[in-house]
Amino acid sequence: MFKDLFQKKKYATVPSASVHDDRPKREIPEGLMNKCPKCGTIQYHKELEKNLKVCSQCGHHLRLNALERIEMTLDEGRFFEYDSDIVSEDPLGFPDYPKKLKQQQAKSGLDEAVITGEGTIGGFPVVVAVMSFDFFTGSMGSVVGEKITRAIETAMQKQYPLIIFSTSGGARMQESILSLMQMAKTSAALAKLHEAGGLYISVFTDPTTGGVSASFAMLGDINLAEPGALVGFAGRIVIEQTIRQKLPDEFQTAEFNMKHGQLDLVVPRKDMRQTLIKLIDLHTVKGDVTHGG
Amino acid sequence: MAGELPFEQPLVELKQKIAELKRFGEEKNIDFTEEIARLEERYAKLAEEIYTNISPSQKMHLARHHQRPTTLDFIQHIFTDFIELHGDRLFGDDMAIVGGLARLNGVPVTVIGHQRGKDTKENIARFFGSPHPEGFRKALRLMQQADKFKRPIITFIDTKGAYPGNTAEERGQSEAIARNLRDMALLGVPVICVVIGEGGSGGALALGVGNRVLMLENAIYAAISPNGAASILWKDASRADQAAEAMKITAADLKAMDVIEEIIPEPQGGAHKDVEAAAANVKDALWRHLAELMLLSTDELREDRYGKFRKIGKFATYERV
Repeated sequence: MFKDLFQKKKYATVPSASVHDDRPKREIPEGLMNKCPKCGTIQYHKELEKNLKVCSQCGHHLRLNALERIEMTLDEGRFFEYDSDIVSEDPLGFPDYPKKLKQQQAKSGLDEAVITGEGTIGGFPVVVAVMSFDFFTGSMGSVVGEKITRAIETAMQKQYPLIIFSTSGGARMQESILSLMQMAKTSAALAKLHEAGGLYISVFTDPTTGGVSASFAMLGDINLAEPGALVGFAGRIVIEQTIRQKLPDEFQTAEFNMKHGQLDLVVPRKDMRQTLIKLIDLHTVKGDVTHGG
Repeated sequence: MAGELPFEQPLVELKQKIAELKRFGEEKNIDFTEEIARLEERYAKLAEEIYTNISPSQKMHLARHHQRPTTLDFIQHIFTDFIELHGDRLFGDDMAIVGGLARLNGVPVTVIGHQRGKDTKENIARFFGSPHPEGFRKALRLMQQADKFKRPIITFIDTKGAYPGNTAEERGQSEAIARNLRDMALLGVPVICVVIGEGGSGGALALGVGNRVLMLENAIYAAISPNGAASILWKDASRADQAAEAMKITAADLKAMDVIEEIIPEPQGGAHKDVEAAAANVKDALWRHLAELMLLSTDELREDRYGKFRKIGKFATYERV
């Protein structure tokens, strides 16, 4: 019944993402072959797509943009976008900001660093927010903060689980203090969701740092990450300058964070969808609980 | 007087001139009263001129002035019966954040703030006022303790940012800041935050989710330090002054954007020129806001705080065709 209700909604089909900008520099014919940015193995583009953009040789998880991620995660064609009409302004009159916004839009084919909306996953209705690193390094300004906050509020109102896929370089300095305050705004909204008993699953993808890592991304009831994803607060270079030491390669990887108790699970991309479905399912009361075995 | 900043140089020179004239007059027994009075008048006028037109980058240097009063200075001048409490009960006691119990005009409060050192040795012990996760967790522990005992909370913000170190990352710097942001939103007591020096990034905000956020006149508050912004924008950290001008970091900028509620005036030339007077201004502002907030119920206080942060942000809405 619940599902039927859901069917009647007007859903837009996600355009099959054809964004190639996040691929490494090509030394090979456009669109045909890809080179893994980590191990350098050359593989067919089609093959890589089939493998969910994970290198078949070394297992490196290439970065995805929001559209690709939504397509890969939710039930096919079942996504309705929220708040696509809110766009960044230049509140501080910061040098070159409007120009940079235009460049980022042209480069990524996206309006902003996050897409929010609702859809279904394994039949479960969910609210999702998915960030893209290829738009302004996924930085959080007023628009990102507002869209995430509205998504949290909608999840609370509709009592749907909330899933946020994060990737971000942190605050958008062109909006300075307004950007910083989005950390407090999104976290305060999560405080309300938390009190209301709503489920929030946070998924860290490569890379998630700074103001996003230190606000909504770390506040999941369950924190997941993709293998090898960079997760941390301060940047490696700043830390190396502060402590005057070289840091090991595995510093701030998902596995490093797992070891230090910051994450619940590191989940390979091929298992992400099923893991999310299982976690949501485990939060759903089914059948007659009084006769449960 | 010491520690004058470059933009104060004309005043320093004039002051020297007046002192020399006085000395010369005394030595030679000549009456320069009139000349000295004239120079002093000029000094006052020049000071007025210089100090009413302090640029954002000059404010940045004032906010970071090594003689600027710290959290403990303000605590000493504003409160009575202060007793410091320590530790996060999980890992350690971070001296980059101090906190404890005190009375404000007789009312018991919890007071917490970032603490810079006065000299190199103290600065090393206090990590220059840049907290590790255990500092933020100590702060939250004290805030939740205040909530339990229905004590208002007053925080002083004065940090370049959270400590950027490997041990801080290992112990969950992101988690500690994020948790403070979330759980401060749930506090059922009045929370008043005062930016007294530099409000740097998430490390500042982790003590900054208040019903009222006040700023001293020469304090600054930003998402990233002007030095950091300059090194990202222009690959040159030495252009911090230029970044400071572009980033809208002053109390007046933040008031105009409705991020803060009040600008607390400082004595002429900055808080370090007269700590007692600066502290008196802070105390006056704290008491006024506290009197208002103490009339609100637990739920009203939470909603008031939520509403304050919920409306921050500036964006456009457009019609899709």
